[in-house]
Amino acid sequence: MSLTQLNATELARSLRAREVSAREVVDAFLSRIESEDAHYKSFLTVDAEGARRDADAAQALLDNGKGGPLTGVPVALKDNISTNGLRTTCASKILDTYVPPFDAHVVERLHAAGCPVLGKTNLDEFAMGASCENSAYFPSRNPWDTDLVPGGSSGGSAAAVSAELAPLSLGSDTGGSIRQPASLCGIVGFKPTYGRVSRYGLVAFGSSLDQIGPMGRNVEDTALLAEAISGHDAMDSTSLPNAAISAAEVKQGTLKGKKFALPKELFADEIDAGVRECVELAIETLTREGAQFQEVSLPSIAYGVTTYYIIAPAEASSNLARFDGIRFGPRLEGEGHIGNVAETRGKLFGPEVKLRIMVGTYALSAGYYDAYYLRAQQVRALMAAEFEQSFQEFDAVLSPTSPVVAFPIGGLVDDPMQLKLIDFCTIPANMGGFPSISLPCGLSNDLPVGMLLTGPVMGDEKLLQTAYSVERGLGRDYRRPPIL
Amino acid sequence: MSEYVLSVGMEVHAELRTESKMFCRCPVAFGGMPNTRVCPVCLGLPGTLPVPNRAAVQMVLRTALALNCQVPAHSVFHRKNYFYPDLPKGYQVSQYGETNPIGYYGYLEIPKLDGTTKRIKIRRVHLEEDTGKLLHLPGGGSGVDYNRAGVPLMEIVTDFPPDIEDPDEAKEYLVQLRQTLLYLGVCDGKMEEGSLRCEPNISVRLAGAETYGTKTELKNLNSFRAVQLGCMFEKKRQSELLEGGSKVVQETRGWNEQTESSFLMRVKESEQDYRYFPDPDLIPMEFTPEQIEAERAALPELPLAKSTRYQKDLGLSPYDAGVLTADRAWAEFFESAIGQGGDAKQVCNWMNGDFAKLLNEAGETALTSGEATVGKTSKVRPGHIVELTKLIEAGTISGKIAKEVFGDMFTSGSMPSELVKSKGLTQISDPAEVLAVCEEVVRENAGQAEQYRAGKEGLFGFFVGQVMKKTQGRANPALVQESLKKALETQ
Repeated sequence: MSLTQLNATELARSLRAREVSAREVVDAFLSRIESEDAHYKSFLTVDAEGARRDADAAQALLDNGKGGPLTGVPVALKDNISTNGLRTTCASKILDTYVPPFDAHVVERLHAAGCPVLGKTNLDEFAMGASCENSAYFPSRNPWDTDLVPGGSSGGSAAAVSAELAPLSLGSDTGGSIRQPASLCGIVGFKPTYGRVSRYGLVAFGSSLDQIGPMGRNVEDTALLAEAISGHDAMDSTSLPNAAISAAEVKQGTLKGKKFALPKELFADEIDAGVRECVELAIETLTREGAQFQEVSLPSIAYGVTTYYIIAPAEASSNLARFDGIRFGPRLEGEGHIGNVAETRGKLFGPEVKLRIMVGTYALSAGYYDAYYLRAQQVRALMAAEFEQSFQEFDAVLSPTSPVVAFPIGGLVDDPMQLKLIDFCTIPANMGGFPSISLPCGLSNDLPVGMLLTGPVMGDEKLLQTAYSVERGLGRDYRRPPIL
Repeated sequence: MSEYVLSVGMEVHAELRTESKMFCRCPVAFGGMPNTRVCPVCLGLPGTLPVPNRAAVQMVLRTALALNCQVPAHSVFHRKNYFYPDLPKGYQVSQYGETNPIGYYGYLEIPKLDGTTKRIKIRRVHLEEDTGKLLHLPGGGSGVDYNRAGVPLMEIVTDFPPDIEDPDEAKEYLVQLRQTLLYLGVCDGKMEEGSLRCEPNISVRLAGAETYGTKTELKNLNSFRAVQLGCMFEKKRQSELLEGGSKVVQETRGWNEQTESSFLMRVKESEQDYRYFPDPDLIPMEFTPEQIEAERAALPELPLAKSTRYQKDLGLSPYDAGVLTADRAWAEFFESAIGQGGDAKQVCNWMNGDFAKLLNEAGETALTSGEATVGKTSKVRPGHIVELTKLIEAGTISGKIAKEVFGDMFTSGSMPSELVKSKGLTQISDPAEVLAVCEEVVRENAGQAEQYRAGKEGLFGFFVGQVMKKTQGRANPALVQESLKKALETQ
């Protein structure tokens, strides 16, 4: 078995046992990326030199007995996470030449944990999309079927883990951008509680919704990466005081007596029948393992997508104002200052980004603010309150992650509404800042289906524990894409 | 010409005297090479986040309380969205809303010439960040210096309808506001460096008219005088327009210091929509009643209150009290001297006279500083001045010698009594000794004595001068008068 087939936990064990060196591990993944990524197009930038340098530093830690749970295990980063000296594009032409002079907080944390950074993965431009088709460079492909999308916006990060080009990756999740591609690629994706992972260095999309999170082949790997990147950061005012997530007890949970809420709104007609059946089958299995399920109604879910498409674009319209070609990135010349800005932004932002900037600008305009933005914030509060209410009684809210399995590249371009509805199940967690995890629960039409578990704010450890016991309860090993 | 009345709304921006910028740790300073005090945060690089400067928040809270404002339990930062090259993020972090700013619905009292005071209502005191500066490059084109970008800025806006109704009030408002900010130690008040910027909104209307006229906003006013002259000029300009049947156009005008006139900068075509919304990167500031009361209790006595007290309790003139209280350190120096037993009037005269003159000559900025620079940079302590006045009072030295002693102690820092002793400056008050000198002078100047006795009384001063010369000024002046007369008459 080649090194790249090992999951993160196994790799870490081999590294600690000196069965393999950090350099060998990194080289194995780099060489696999070089030979195989042409099929998946998951990376925008590969940093072989940096990864090898990181590997040597990791080896030094291991040799000095200072290695942690993931030392020497490489990670791929979504290309909206700033890396000092390494191009960070957000898959946008407007950042084509941008090289940050600083590391994101999570990158500093990865360096401290001894996790080499393999490179930067593809995404929908500025994380706006659910298929990776909005990348200004190229679409990424789903390792389960390369004619299909890997999901998005963290599609490159999901494809890289699924195709075994990286054992772990980081994504960012504003409305489901970690969990949905994880679901479509058959891996685990976790969005921690808002504020447990610093956003410093994550290029902002919807600041009140954005959260960096880990992706891995199983819950344990994912939990270890969550532990490595979480913690309070003085550079992020929204960082929580007791932000650190511990993975120490992730394997201690049991399904017996665990209570899950099944919102009927997330098992309704919007959900593809095959997906629903797959999740229901999994629920039956888990029931036999001692878990309890109860149908509930969380009616505000119906307004989730609408609310999301006001708040996220509104924040984005302001967050993306700094891309004016003055201080970084390419600049196109026009008439005067406003002409330069219009030309730069008009030509270098993609259509979806421009659409959302316009929607957001409109929603914040005088005279519309109350009707849109303010109202959306009220609905958001209502939605959060409904979920919080169910957490009084239930350990987690359970549903499918995505209403559909992976779909053909270009298959939904004529149906943008359908593409936006894909976030239907994942959006509530962002609205309330809740921790939420997607894990594989079976196949529909030979394609992976994800199960979504959402827990209360700061309940990350417990949610990971629950997810681990669900993974065990479903009673099967990690399923690789057939092509591998 | 009909009678027109003036209305002035004042918008003041004060850069806060914090060590670091509002949302990052870059140092705050004036001047220097462009873009040397910048970091990813204040350059607005993608992915960076703001962390509020607590000292800045506290300074605005203190100012709000000093200006008698209400303080909300929660105060939110908003984003003000617009594109301009000097604005790194494409939005300015500011504060929006009627009752959201750290301070709202306050007032500032200003003194009137007739000895009364007038209350100028304040609508808001809020915290925001400064922008960068556009620079024209020598080789053509423009550059942006972001050193100033992100410097904490406090905005203080007067209420509408405006209370300020003449150019003197406009100036006095600014004088009082600046002194208050200096007393609070929140701003260095350097109008010429732009750390205190004032933009009056000026309109006129026919006397008795109910509705306010169209306003113009005046910029580039970097002195009190400019504010006064600017308001006068605009009043005249606008009145003449209206009198001639024209309309005042809502526009931003600049002030030309040389020609003492305003010029058109830009016409405000429509209200720009800044799309304010709460900044999701920042959590609301919270102010507890305990915190507010603690800050209020710690406020210093403000200049106008101090000045009134000096006049009432110490019998000082409005002018003297005004000069003493214009600077907090200066007032504290005075109060310390009084506390050590100095006579208010005497101490005041020495401070506002010789001391101020020597400080200015030495290039000290005692009269314009906001901190205890007197204490820090001058060797003269309150105790020196008190001792000096006591030496005069006791007749140990004359007023003339005292001036000399002041100069010495200003340079050396020695106590006046030591200087008097070491230099032998003690006044000669022994009548016999003084008389002996006088007789000697009269003898030596027999011719002049003759003329004096013949009726040329103007020569008396000459003899006084000779006596003083002989005694190096140490002879008791009253005694000299007396003894000279005696000597001239008896010889």
